[in-house]
Amino acid sequence: MRELTGAEAVREALREELARDERVYLVGEDIGIYGGSFGVDEGLIEEFGPERVREAPISEAAIVGTSVGAALLGMRPVVEIMFSDFVALAMDQLVNQAAKLRYMSGGQLKVPMVVRTPCGAGTGAAAQHSQSLEAWYAHVPGLLVAMPSTPYDAKGLLKAAIRDDNPVVFLEHKLLYKVKGEVPEGEYTIPFGEADIKRAGTDVTIVATSMMVHNALEAASDLEARGISAEVLDPRTLVPLDERAILESVGRTGRLVIVHEAPERGGFGGEIAAVVAGSDAFHRLEAPIKRVCGSNTPIPFNKMLEKHAMPTREGIVQGVLEVTGY
Amino acid sequence: MLPGETGSGLAECALPPAEKLLWMYDKMLKSRFFEEKIAEAFAAGKLHGTMHLYTGEEACAAGAVAALEQADYITSTHRNHGHAIAKGGDINKMMAEMFGKKTGSCGGKGGSMHITDIAGGNIGGNGVVAGGVSIATGAALALKMQGRPQVVLCFFGDGARAEGVFHESVNMASLWRLPLVLVCENNQYAVSTAPHRYLARNDAAALGRAYNIPGESVDGNDVLAVYERVSEAVARARGGEGPSYVECQTYRWRGHSKSDQNRYRTREEVDAWILKDPIPRFRKVLIESGIISEERADEIEAQALGLIEESIRFAERSPDPPLEDLARDVYSGPATRGLNSKESNGGAIPCAN
Repeated sequence: MRELTGAEAVREALREELARDERVYLVGEDIGIYGGSFGVDEGLIEEFGPERVREAPISEAAIVGTSVGAALLGMRPVVEIMFSDFVALAMDQLVNQAAKLRYMSGGQLKVPMVVRTPCGAGTGAAAQHSQSLEAWYAHVPGLLVAMPSTPYDAKGLLKAAIRDDNPVVFLEHKLLYKVKGEVPEGEYTIPFGEADIKRAGTDVTIVATSMMVHNALEAASDLEARGISAEVLDPRTLVPLDERAILESVGRTGRLVIVHEAPERGGFGGEIAAVVAGSDAFHRLEAPIKRVCGSNTPIPFNKMLEKHAMPTREGIVQGVLEVTGY
Repeated sequence: MLPGETGSGLAECALPPAEKLLWMYDKMLKSRFFEEKIAEAFAAGKLHGTMHLYTGEEACAAGAVAALEQADYITSTHRNHGHAIAKGGDINKMMAEMFGKKTGSCGGKGGSMHITDIAGGNIGGNGVVAGGVSIATGAALALKMQGRPQVVLCFFGDGARAEGVFHESVNMASLWRLPLVLVCENNQYAVSTAPHRYLARNDAAALGRAYNIPGESVDGNDVLAVYERVSEAVARARGGEGPSYVECQTYRWRGHSKSDQNRYRTREEVDAWILKDPIPRFRKVLIESGIISEERADEIEAQALGLIEESIRFAERSPDPPLEDLARDVYSGPATRGLNSKESNGGAIPCAN
């Protein structure tokens, strides 16, 4: 099958949706001739013109706020925020406006809008360009949250996000842009709320998100050599969350390790742990739930320190050995 | 200032058609009585939460909305009752929303600050200062991209001019020449803080120049002056020339909200502005110019009051929303997706096509 990078898969989704629906437009900083900070938007302004590939001033609040307003009047804006850290500049527009308008208006309004934004560490960009803030968005009723880990998922989920009538925060890991993966030719979408088992296993369930899916898969290979069969489950969307798939997997394996790059404290892993602990699957657990997450620190610049601010392949193996040896 | 007084402008120019004048008068009266009646209901313990009363500022909404076509849009603020009434909002639904009832504009889930009527062109009130400005800018962008002839009129208070997103939005609206009219209601206080204490420069023309758009200050208690200035701004927006900034100088008689103890201003100052009440001032114009008689003016007033009183009865006899409404309309789309329930994290969502 054809292979694309994450950036190419995202670009293809954007191109297909721009061609398919004239209500769709892109807006963001340097997304025109510059091609976007990570090159995702390359060629789109030439193909669709400056009205629909709309370069905006460095005004994150107004970029998101105007997208809310345009969405209310029938457009389907796809916002690019250059780094997910900068969504902080537009939190009122996202949290108090986009997420609330439907509810507060008694269902009169809808906000079909996607905020795409590169997240995550590993590029030496330090503490203001490296965060994983998905738990913020997942905590706000009214927002949907997607975190793809492969080019295939990125394309299918983004197309579904653009067609959804709700505001979606779409978190694209910077390292995913260079990951290659199989993407079939032709049309497909991936529904929100459907987890994907990236590797089947019987001894332990590793629930991992975004780039940590790749670290978890590497750890699973190491564990196989030690005779441990790890299942790697990627929820793909945090809101909605495919609880059924997680509970079914944990029910089979009896062990759960949760891996995400965001700091452990207040991270989405706590929600996953609580979902399992509050269900019948709790009785099937043969060991306490283990979280292997980012350190509760900002992301440091130094390469060695940065590596240790995130779960490593070795750290995930260690975490699994704790629960399998319990 | 009254007609005939120096600088009012009214004596020199022809009046708008009688129908338009009476429309404005009716909206101003309904707005005034609406605020008086909800203040009474609040004092009587019939309403909970808070409210931001528009009393004294009625000429701004009536004059500005009179300059629009029915199909145009507005965005509003936390002090939105007068705007909603001027845009043609159903008074019964509005009053029921104040009471939190199922029959309210927002089914009882928005309350005083969030009156919305998208079908009538009211995109909604907003609980965040300057919260509506970027939304209005985006709505204007949608109209432009869709090739529609409408404009968006954005109401905001004077305090919004200190918010970053206000400046980002005005810059963007001017840069993209959007069909937007920016109407600042300068009621002289951002909660308790006067403009000279929060703005380095309080000058409408200077603000406009900074963003390459017209900026003008107008007597916001003179409904005809507001109408005239906003009409020019609407024509400019509709003509594809971009946004304008119109600052209406007015005054909020009541406190910022129900918790205000008025420590920041004097009784004399409030009384001096009450003497400039825009409603009797406009009534005088209507009568002196022969548009209506004293008797007819009294009748119009009584009709407006009767309508507001009826809306209170409608609201009081309306039902509360059912408990199921707590989790309704959190998300749009198929209700089966599971997210529109109080506890669920949701499950698989069928993808739209």
